[in-house]
Amino acid sequence: MLTKKHWAVIKAVVLLLGALPFLLLIKAAMLDQLGANPIEELHFGFGDWALRFLCVSLAITPYKNLTGQSWPTRFRRMIGLFAFFYAAMHFLVYIVLDLSLSVTQFIEEVPRSPYILMGLLTFILLIPLAVTSTKNMQKKLGRSWFKVHRLIYLAAFTALLHYFWLVKLDYTEPLIYAVVIVILLAMRVPKYYNKSKFAANSRR
Amino acid sequence: MIIKTKSDILSSEITDQAVFNSRRQFIKSATALSAGLLLPEHGFAEPNKPKIPVGPYSAALTPTDREDVLNYTNYYEFSTNKKDSTHLAQKLQTKPWSVEVTGAAEKTGVFNLEDILKDNAIEERIYRFRCVEAWSMVVPWMGFPLAEMLKRFKPTANAKYVEFTTLHKPDVMVGQQSQILNWPYIEGLRMDEAMHPLSFIATGMYGEELPKQNGAPLRLVVPWKYGFKSIKAIVKIRFTEMMPITAWYASAPNEYGFFANVNPDVDHPRWSQKRERVLGSSIFTAKRETEKFNGYGEQVAALYSGMDLTKSF
Repeated sequence: MLTKKHWAVIKAVVLLLGALPFLLLIKAAMLDQLGANPIEELHFGFGDWALRFLCVSLAITPYKNLTGQSWPTRFRRMIGLFAFFYAAMHFLVYIVLDLSLSVTQFIEEVPRSPYILMGLLTFILLIPLAVTSTKNMQKKLGRSWFKVHRLIYLAAFTALLHYFWLVKLDYTEPLIYAVVIVILLAMRVPKYYNKSKFAANSRR
Repeated sequence: MIIKTKSDILSSEITDQAVFNSRRQFIKSATALSAGLLLPEHGFAEPNKPKIPVGPYSAALTPTDREDVLNYTNYYEFSTNKKDSTHLAQKLQTKPWSVEVTGAAEKTGVFNLEDILKDNAIEERIYRFRCVEAWSMVVPWMGFPLAEMLKRFKPTANAKYVEFTTLHKPDVMVGQQSQILNWPYIEGLRMDEAMHPLSFIATGMYGEELPKQNGAPLRLVVPWKYGFKSIKAIVKIRFTEMMPITAWYASAPNEYGFFANVNPDVDHPRWSQKRERVLGSSIFTAKRETEKFNGYGEQVAALYSGMDLTKSF
């Protein structure tokens, strides 16, 4: 059996793994290894990782349902927070580096761009999830915590729209994410259906 | 039409290539690789050769780092990834190469590239290049005015437009295996645009033969229009009375018009065209304000007098 100590070590390793893409991108930026358009490289890099962590966080429940193993649930908070962290970096690169913190540029460029608006909405949707991710908040909110965290399904959808709307012709990459997310969401349906049937039966 | 020429600048005023390359010295492997790929086959850039004259309209600009121009290309015939097209394009055979000339002209037929090139004196043009994706660079192209080449085919009075076609070869141009665009790639210009002295045919850049990922052996450069107008690897030239259906127009007519003049006042339906990211600048450099006609308005605005540029975009 794994002790508490073991889990602490494993968690530290997962934390480091999650931070690795960030560290590698920052290192490459500092060494001027990001090519002709380093801001784009950072921006897309962080965006990609936000989506990847979002997919992983959505995979935990189906994995549990499929295998009966619940150990990945221990990492769900961390993985969700990594999704938020990379989304925040994605957002910050846009605001600080791409727009150079210029309010004028923000006003001139954001409202007329549907995909950027969708990206902003996605980021806004993720904020309450990050804020309520602590154990304290979980206790405080009780059952409504689960309701709040259902926002992730909406955020996954708006994130996909954000990606699809920005692409010029080649939809391969957003399609891959869309397929993964649709599968992960579809895998929840039977369980959810059973649960609600059970709930209906027990009410009777 | 009055065409004002800006004062010529000497090749010697251009930042030395060694200085460009020094910025990326630490990526030795990458530099070595590209140097290997780009050794000129025809001795375009022998160091002791007389300098190529710098043509008119070469704005006094510092060219973008050559490495950046080599490794950031939109060449969907190979890949939609701007870096992947660099190595994928190396498989393209550019010799021998011929160009088929058809349509409203007296001298039509299939011409060997050498025959087209031998009549044209090579000059250098340092042009701004603005992509529709809102990034830009400055490229020292080498080649000759498009008008010089077109005149030799003796277009007739029916030639209102000229249409260009890129090579279609899906086994090598692997991007053509997926139907993201209606291959082959087609671009076109109105005849007066094509005959404008700024319109240029490039066969080289940075004092070397044109790299394959940048459109070798023969590409168009129209500096006041978005980059997608500057068609690469040309195999067909057709003079026509009708406005050509260009590849991007065919795929999304509301997003990519036939004229595609650089214009900060006319946004792409999905993003702003007011500013551009200048390639090779540091991550803390703000975007550049995009200029109407990419800064060549003085020379070309007259071509569009009386036209509503928000409609004819």
